[in-house]
Amino acid sequence: MKARVYVTLKPGVLDPQGKAIESSLHSLGFGGVQEVRMGKYFELTLATADPKEAQAELGRMCEKLLANTVIESYRVELP
Amino acid sequence: MTCGVVVFPGSNCDHDALRAVERLSGKPAKRLWHKDHSLAGVDRVILPGGFSYGDYLRAGALARFSPIMDEVIRFANGGGPVFGICNGFQILCEAGLLPGVLTRNASLQFVCRDVHVRVESAASAATRGVAVGRVLRVPIAHADGNYTLQAEALKAVEDRGQVVFRYCDARGAAGPGANPNGSLDDIAGVRNPQGNVVGLMPHPERAVEALLGSTDGEPLLRAFLS
Repeated sequence: MKARVYVTLKPGVLDPQGKAIESSLHSLGFGGVQEVRMGKYFELTLATADPKEAQAELGRMCEKLLANTVIESYRVELP
Repeated sequence: MTCGVVVFPGSNCDHDALRAVERLSGKPAKRLWHKDHSLAGVDRVILPGGFSYGDYLRAGALARFSPIMDEVIRFANGGGPVFGICNGFQILCEAGLLPGVLTRNASLQFVCRDVHVRVESAASAATRGVAVGRVLRVPIAHADGNYTLQAEALKAVEDRGQVVFRYCDARGAAGPGANPNGSLDDIAGVRNPQGNVVGLMPHPERAVEALLGSTDGEPLLRAFLS
């Protein structure tokens, strides 16, 4: 089973990289960009075909490693 | 007293730390390999600077799962003194031994220069006996030193007096020019509530020989080794 995991900064956490990208987009003429927040995206191939099991396991992976829950939150997508 | 220095793949300040420890203590220090399952009887542990595991995912995130870290965590939870410098500080945060996380510098630049820090707490393994308010000139060399915490957790860290070092100018005053990386509250180093675990971004082990410009790192390492 293929799973997708999105890791993003929690609201209020400063994102200097997102800010730099935002100002680059502005200088390229994309003046309508109001904010950019940068995150991470993971594609995982799992042995299990059970979405419940996958969801639980991915949650543990995020808590332990993929996200630093001090400043990041995560979202899991299954097919 | 025997001090161990953990070597991760990508550590690059392990030799600086070993040399500083041996010079100041007059005793051989022990190199500990990241795959070891034992601390080989040492009674002090330094996690040195560098780019363990290439800083992949997040600085310190992968080193935190090296086999030796189970031993370091057990040692720290038993009250053993642990000192994390630069990447070592990042690893201690990722391991949950210290609060907070070190993120990308606000400037997005790698910053390599001398800075000043003010000692804020003498209740840590690296500052015992060092005067609070003392200003030290020590080098930094990092891209991810921007100390961050959510507001509530930051308040708890401040209220418990866990901030050990703050960036400042040469006279000890805070100010935007004195903070090299955007750290919240100018935080350069913190301790755990007990004080036996302490981490900081600057490199005291690179400031122990007058020939290299500063000996201000000496009191910190002496305190840790005493």
